[in-house]
Amino acid sequence: MDADKGRAKKMVVKNLSFFYGGSKALTDVSLDFYANQVTALIGPSGCGKSTLLRCLNRMNDLIPYSRSEGQVLLDGESIYDPKVDVVSLRRRVGMVFQKPNPFPKTIFENVAYGLRVNGVKDRSTIEQKVEDTLKNAALWEEVKERLYDSALGLSGGQQQRLCIARALAVEPEVVLMDEPASALDPIATQKIEELIHHLKKCYTIIIVTHNMQQAARVSDVTAFFYLGKLIEAGVTDTIFTRPKLKQTEEYITGRFG
Amino acid sequence: MTDGSISKKALKSLSLPGGGRGRSGENPGDRAGVQSRRKIIQRVMFAFFKAAAVINAIALMIIVSFLVAKGYRAINWSFLTEPPIDSMTKGGILPCIVGTLCLSLGAIIVALPIGVASAVYLHEYARPGRVLRLIRLGINNLAGVPSVVFGLFGLAFFVVYLQMGVSILAGCLTLGALTLPVIIGSAEEALRAVPDTYREASLGLGATKWQTIYRVVLPAALPGVLTGAILGISRAAGETAPIMFTAAVFFTPSLPTSIFDEIMALPYHIYVLATAGTEIEKTRHLQYGTALVLIVLVLGLNLVAIIYRARLRKRRTG
Repeated sequence: MDADKGRAKKMVVKNLSFFYGGSKALTDVSLDFYANQVTALIGPSGCGKSTLLRCLNRMNDLIPYSRSEGQVLLDGESIYDPKVDVVSLRRRVGMVFQKPNPFPKTIFENVAYGLRVNGVKDRSTIEQKVEDTLKNAALWEEVKERLYDSALGLSGGQQQRLCIARALAVEPEVVLMDEPASALDPIATQKIEELIHHLKKCYTIIIVTHNMQQAARVSDVTAFFYLGKLIEAGVTDTIFTRPKLKQTEEYITGRFG
Repeated sequence: MTDGSISKKALKSLSLPGGGRGRSGENPGDRAGVQSRRKIIQRVMFAFFKAAAVINAIALMIIVSFLVAKGYRAINWSFLTEPPIDSMTKGGILPCIVGTLCLSLGAIIVALPIGVASAVYLHEYARPGRVLRLIRLGINNLAGVPSVVFGLFGLAFFVVYLQMGVSILAGCLTLGALTLPVIIGSAEEALRAVPDTYREASLGLGATKWQTIYRVVLPAALPGVLTGAILGISRAAGETAPIMFTAAVFFTPSLPTSIFDEIMALPYHIYVLATAGTEIEKTRHLQYGTALVLIVLVLGLNLVAIIYRARLRKRRTG
């Protein structure tokens, strides 16, 4: 990939296959994710892109009878090594889900949650961090008057930005986003996209999306998956204007999928 | 709202011509007949469901009004605040009220932590398999055991074997065992209702499984768990058989001072007055009065829990 020169590889996936029981969801995927870039994973439903995303913070461990083969490296170290502590891995690799899922707690407590579970006790440290994070997630102005109201009273878009703030509060290095805007209206989606653009200065972002335009707008690198296989990956501009493979072109232009 | 009406209209315009084409041989009157018959069936079914629901409420109202009508004359301040006198043909039922409160609250204190802990294990930790199936089988069977068997178990195990004697403690433990399946069942139901996305979000932030359960899952399940506690208390307060061998006595004028004291209890007192007293007919109004107090006590305990639960839910959704 030409535009990747000089950039650090934050996460590396090597020959990864993943199985749900007997069925194979990912086949021999190899892909690099670069620091401070947005990588978009695209492809039709069931192509394995969400599965791959959930392999990157071992969220798939929760699924009974699943198993993986191959390697996933974070800063050069295997995250599937038996010595790795899954809990601290997930702190380093945060996740934002498809449907906004704030806890049934106050706005403040939602953002503070990650700090508290990671052992931060000092009240003023937590308050400062919550404010900083909410500002960083472009939500502060909208919620500063009602930090102690239930997060469930926010709009869908606000809830999703709150979930992003919640993920950012623990200062992850990588942020995984699983179709973060698919349940939102266009204006809320635009805000999320602006946020992603702003966040990549500090984080490595990997986003699954069904929306081609969104992938084109927000990502630096795009990877196209089909039937559990990585078909083509490259700089987003190239993928969208001069894809190497016909299959990629057909999907991007909407002729199948 | 607009979406709904548009799609309904669209549906109609789509389905009607289709339906018409499908049975072009029939005249329109037949179709209207089918339509109205379907509507009638729907009305009848709904009326039936409604009646079934209303009957429940009416049954409760009949029981309560019957008790009020028969028992209100017995109720006065001294009835509620004095012990029975003259071979229980006169006087009040204070020891029974205190006894039933002690027993039902004690039973919940015993059963709630164990029940919730079991439910958390079954739903959050246990791996599906033979052991889990065996435990579930045990719990389901426990729910089906007649209450008098619990009474005998309490007598044999707590009273005799553990040498607790006939005491509040033995009664609470026996009633606790009796209410355990109810509490486990409803707590597990409450845990099942907590969306998995909460668990994933919490784990995704670097919380451990225990932190996730303690800080997110259990608080979210609390209203449902409380419902189980309500059912448990109601059950415990009304039971006679489990306490008649383990905690309750025929008569004791003094109030308990420790958990090793024996006590009187409302359901057992009713049973005694109605079947074994010296003057069954003469104490009829006392029996109904006691029953009325018992039912009001149970409703009162429920009300406290229901109000607490409602406040909890309100705080949650703001």
